[in-house]
Amino acid sequence: MADETLSLKKAFSGHGGFGVDETTMAAMVTKWRKQPDQKSRFRSDFSGFFTKIGSIEKCEDDYLLRLKTEFSRFKNIMVLWLMHPWERDARWMHHVMHKSYPFTVIVEIACTRTSEELLGAKRAYQALFNHSVEEDVAYHIKESYSKLLVGLVSSFRYEGPQVDNDMAKWEAKALGNVIKSAGSGKLIQNEEVIRILTTRSKRHLKATFKHYKELHGKPIEEDLGANLCLQETVKCIDKPAKYFSEAINIAFKEGADKPSKLSLTRVIISRADVDMEEIKETYHKQFGVKLEDMITKNTHGHYKDTLLTLIGK
Amino acid sequence: MATLSIPNPVPSAIEDAEKLRKAFQGWGTDEKAMIAVLSHRDAAQRKQIKIAYEEQYKEKLLKRIESEISGHFERAVYRWIFDPVERQAIMANIAIKNNVVDFPVIIEIACVNSSNELLAVKQVYQSLYKHSMEEDVASHTTGDFRKLLFALVGTYRYDGEEINTELAKTEAKILNDAITKGEYNSDEIIRILSTRSKAQLHATFNCYKDAHNLSITKALSTKSPNDFVIALRAAIRCRTTPTKYFEKVLRNILQKSGMDEDTLTRVIVMHAEKDLKEIKELFQTRANMTLEQAVAKKTSGDYENFLLALIGN
Repeated sequence: MADETLSLKKAFSGHGGFGVDETTMAAMVTKWRKQPDQKSRFRSDFSGFFTKIGSIEKCEDDYLLRLKTEFSRFKNIMVLWLMHPWERDARWMHHVMHKSYPFTVIVEIACTRTSEELLGAKRAYQALFNHSVEEDVAYHIKESYSKLLVGLVSSFRYEGPQVDNDMAKWEAKALGNVIKSAGSGKLIQNEEVIRILTTRSKRHLKATFKHYKELHGKPIEEDLGANLCLQETVKCIDKPAKYFSEAINIAFKEGADKPSKLSLTRVIISRADVDMEEIKETYHKQFGVKLEDMITKNTHGHYKDTLLTLIGK
Repeated sequence: MATLSIPNPVPSAIEDAEKLRKAFQGWGTDEKAMIAVLSHRDAAQRKQIKIAYEEQYKEKLLKRIESEISGHFERAVYRWIFDPVERQAIMANIAIKNNVVDFPVIIEIACVNSSNELLAVKQVYQSLYKHSMEEDVASHTTGDFRKLLFALVGTYRYDGEEINTELAKTEAKILNDAITKGEYNSDEIIRILSTRSKAQLHATFNCYKDAHNLSITKALSTKSPNDFVIALRAAIRCRTTPTKYFEKVLRNILQKSGMDEDTLTRVIVMHAEKDLKEIKELFQTRANMTLEQAVAKKTSGDYENFLLALIGN
């Protein structure tokens, strides 16, 4: 009986984790059919979910809200799985405008998609919202990192093989100079930093970051200060697998907030057909545990099954 | 509408290639024959002629033309032969690589084209020059010019008809605030001008005019405008009233002293197969003479004949 209660609690995300265990729930309905006492005992044993006002039993409102999120994780991942990638990216970017997602999602999409994919996302955005994503970012986001963000989302980078190595070296030096002279708060609005990061091809930037490390003895990320937007930009362009692996890890952390948890679905859905193998390897190397195992341990039900299938066990 | 006139029936590309070959042979060049063919063929036909010529005579048509003719005539014919998309990519590159960036060219290309037309130009630009147009514009400009040109070139604008009248009022006010303070390079002016759709921009400028009894370009007129304000006004005109803009450019060249063949060539060549008819008609009402008369007065020789053939009678 105690086991049954525990597994039902877990099925309702009572012990945290992502999603709900639909199969266990349905089985419990069968088991406890016509047994209101069982249900009553379950309710009194589950204080996070159920409470009492005087003698009247009621559900906790915030638990109901959380439950809504957990139940819809499977629905969301299924809809997202079927959706065209451009529509997905457009909708995720739109969420940022209305503050329900952090701006880093825009950095992620603008920097990890190919030029064609980003263009497609921009077209989908226009079709869905009758605005260009550039105009919405420029209008709705008025922070120190706005200029960088608008630049990133506008980018239509050259994707060919040609790289001007001398220019890459020169720009590595230029970045070093700017970093030295600009205050760390000013760095994000520096026009050379923005120009280089938002217009150069990814191959060119990788070469530039390599030269930077050779010139200054450390990777550029270490010199960017606490500047989240800059850090994420460099990471997404230079080491996307590392970026994604870290985003997944943050989602699994104790006390992760709602947007961080949503990253789990977003990353796995958007990368399943792209670089999931590389992300899995990176994750294992970085955190010493297999991604499959983390997912198995921390997620439930159909949501869990879908994630495991997508990452390709 | 185009002013380009094509004979009906039109000779085959092989016949045209032969006629051109004959025009090149012997001493000197039969420029009249060249003009007779090239100035009366559309982009697709010119492309076929290039291919036919190269197949037949084992040399590139453009190279041969460059060696046969020279000066303003040669530059005009060279620019004319390409299709509109490649032509604009080439002219953008020339403008960018100039000692001082020839900003009117960049502004015209970025502002007059629809989003998809501009995208096509950018794609050809990438395949020709192994850089994105944005990265070249950004790396060859600084300060306010970079802000303005990069934003105009880089944004993939919404081209739909939807407008938001409340927003138009708000943004007309924002523009007014910046203009009365003399902050012509304000981020808000650049944001509105470069990210809003044509329809939205029209609505905003109309609100501005209603509120202040002055068109926005007049409001930006000062006795001795610096290059940046000139660029700003050009961008506004190109985005909202391109026909008037080009008419004025032509009138300035043809009715004032001095002569600017490069700009004259650019306007005629870039619009002959597009909307030179409307520009011509407006010119006639404004200048009290036909465009043909004005061009004939200020140009001569083969250059004049070529332009007149494109302008059509």
